[in-house]
Amino acid sequence: MNPRLTALVRGAAPLIAIAALAVLLLVVAPATLSSFRLNNLGKYICWAIAAVGIGLAWGRGGMLVMGQGVFFGLGGYAMAMHLKLEAAGPEGIPDFMTLYGNGTMPGFWEPFRSGAFTLVAILVLPAVAATILGWAIFKRRVKGAYFAILTQALAVVFATLLIATIQETGGFNGLNQFTSFFGYNLYDPVNKRMVYSIAAGLLIACLLVVWQLYRSRFGELLVATRDAEERVRFLGHDPANIKLVAFVVAAMMASVGGAMFAPIAGIISPSDVDATASIFLIAGVALGGRALLLGPALGALTVGYGRTTLSETFPTQWTYFLGLLFVVVILLLPRGVGDLPRTLRSALKRSTA
Amino acid sequence: MLKSRTRLATGTAFALAGALFLSACGGAKSGEEGAAGESCVDTSGDTVKLGFLNSTSGAMSISEQTVRDSLSLAMKEINADGGIMGKQIEAVVEDGASDPAIFAEKIEKLLTGDCVAAVFGGWTSASRKAMLPVVEANNGLLFYPVQYEGLEASENIYYTGATTNQQIIPAMDFLASEGTKTLFLAGSDYVFPRTANKIIKQYAAELGIEIVGEEYVPLDDDDWTTQVAKIVKAKPDFVFNTINGSSNVGFIKAYYEQGLGADTSPIISVSIAEEEAPAMGHSVTGQYAAWNYFQSVDTPTNAAFIKAFQDEYGASRPTSDPMEAAYTSLYLYKAIVEKAESFDVDDVNAASDGVSFDAPEGTVTIDGENHHIAKTALIGKINDDNQFDVVWSSETPIEPDPFLEGYSWWDPTAE
Repeated sequence: MNPRLTALVRGAAPLIAIAALAVLLLVVAPATLSSFRLNNLGKYICWAIAAVGIGLAWGRGGMLVMGQGVFFGLGGYAMAMHLKLEAAGPEGIPDFMTLYGNGTMPGFWEPFRSGAFTLVAILVLPAVAATILGWAIFKRRVKGAYFAILTQALAVVFATLLIATIQETGGFNGLNQFTSFFGYNLYDPVNKRMVYSIAAGLLIACLLVVWQLYRSRFGELLVATRDAEERVRFLGHDPANIKLVAFVVAAMMASVGGAMFAPIAGIISPSDVDATASIFLIAGVALGGRALLLGPALGALTVGYGRTTLSETFPTQWTYFLGLLFVVVILLLPRGVGDLPRTLRSALKRSTA
Repeated sequence: MLKSRTRLATGTAFALAGALFLSACGGAKSGEEGAAGESCVDTSGDTVKLGFLNSTSGAMSISEQTVRDSLSLAMKEINADGGIMGKQIEAVVEDGASDPAIFAEKIEKLLTGDCVAAVFGGWTSASRKAMLPVVEANNGLLFYPVQYEGLEASENIYYTGATTNQQIIPAMDFLASEGTKTLFLAGSDYVFPRTANKIIKQYAAELGIEIVGEEYVPLDDDDWTTQVAKIVKAKPDFVFNTINGSSNVGFIKAYYEQGLGADTSPIISVSIAEEEAPAMGHSVTGQYAAWNYFQSVDTPTNAAFIKAFQDEYGASRPTSDPMEAAYTSLYLYKAIVEKAESFDVDDVNAASDGVSFDAPEGTVTIDGENHHIAKTALIGKINDDNQFDVVWSSETPIEPDPFLEGYSWWDPTAE
């Protein structure tokens, strides 16, 4: 084949893959799935959005972010607070505050009455939190296992805090009973499909963002930092800043995923954002292939689908199967299922050599 | 040259994604589907599908598995006896995985995918709250078998466990009759203990009982050392325990280690039953619990229930209040359906008022207004066999009052 043509095809391959995924999620799925199954797929898509960010931070940046549930939760709770206030009406306050509290609403809820404020908060809150956190961590050169433990601990703290603040956040029950999404009735199947499409569109957008980042000079620097942080430093770059950008982008993506999860799942509670939930996100990324463009998203979609299907088919033993799947993948394909073609190719090369 | 091609490719990609996105939205808006809430339940054959939704994995699985077992037993008995309106029950089982979001997902699957006529299950308040909007939106039916914090009455839920005026308030009456002057509150940090303690504090003021302390620990936390130290210092006449699940083990351990006992500051619990008492890691003889059913309850139906359960699952298995409430819920459903002569939710709701069942705990009757059931309150004292000797009873079934409207001292907005 003409070498220029080969190069062109190879360059366009990621775009073709993203476009194929877009067709699958935005055209094929809505046309073939029932309203309930489509809504389930919507939930997996929300995890996939967070997973794309993890792919950037962990796969390309080498930062094992074990606490993405925190950022997922920031977005999820911000959105849920708005939806809860929407359900309560213009002057009303959320029902749980009168049921379990003293009937007054904490001040920080008030701005979330505004939809515009909520949308801004979904992006700004995690960005600010991740910047402060990342700055403190990366400037002190905390990395590896210490970084992973720190982020994991953060998820534990976050969930505990939510559980302890029943009057402010609904505690262990979380927030649910949303009736509308920016004025659209959430019980109407047509509107549910609209919310699904927004989530799917956001996933495609996030994939395009990381695709651009991976192609950019920043992407090269990020991989360089992952593989040889000291050398990058000696070349005159500050690895802390490079990691910070990836960490903040990952946090924002997790937040967007969480924000869409609330209206799609109809609930957000501490068990959706705690350490276990964070590990499930990581597991999806590991399964799909953390350093690949589509690996994290496809991995998260697969894990979500696997959880549902396995638990429906084997309601009592499904957790064992899921566990086994992870063990097998990590043992045989440490770079994830997405890396299977390359593993096979190199195995083939070795056997023929 | 290369640069411009890159830009072109990026632009195309964004345009493509945008176009797809818009087309999907447009398609969705013009698409017409059946309205939500349209029932797909089909009972024209000789079976009726029911959903059993309990956590068989995760933190709540030990408790919820017992409920699943007694539901399965009730189904087996009813099927052997000819089924509901001559139709054999076909159970669709799902795992709630101790996660509210999963409960919401699974009940939607059961109602809209499997088209079950009713769902039985849930344990934590969080799981019930998560299922409530789904079961209401689809006009389904849920039978919830666990005592809870009240303040709820959905048209689509039947509550076969106790509400607060059938468990918490009678427990306070019992404490008053024992001459209690000081009370310490210990609970898990979530909605049930918080609400129960709010009621306890207001009723205590009415009864002249002084609250000498109030401590909470997260649901999955087992360390009660510092909180128990406060109990030792306060020397209360009684400790009101609203701790849920395995956290009780840590509490009981700290309680006995720090020298407390049933003779000094006895505990009255609302979630330690026959299943939990032997698992506390320390003998809890002499402590109290407030329920509506004990294995020791002496009724002919209970003897038959215990025998059937132990024949099915082994002679060592105890029976407890939530298990009995779940068992009863399936029989109540059968009774309502056969009265209504229909599986339709609206027909069932129209027929439910006054339906009663001779349950192991005694006769229970449905209140058609609030979908709770009238139950007799019992206080049991734990004996050496980890069984409960009934030491106090409300004698007659108490009418359910989930919003405590009949109690003048209750002020829901007070702190």
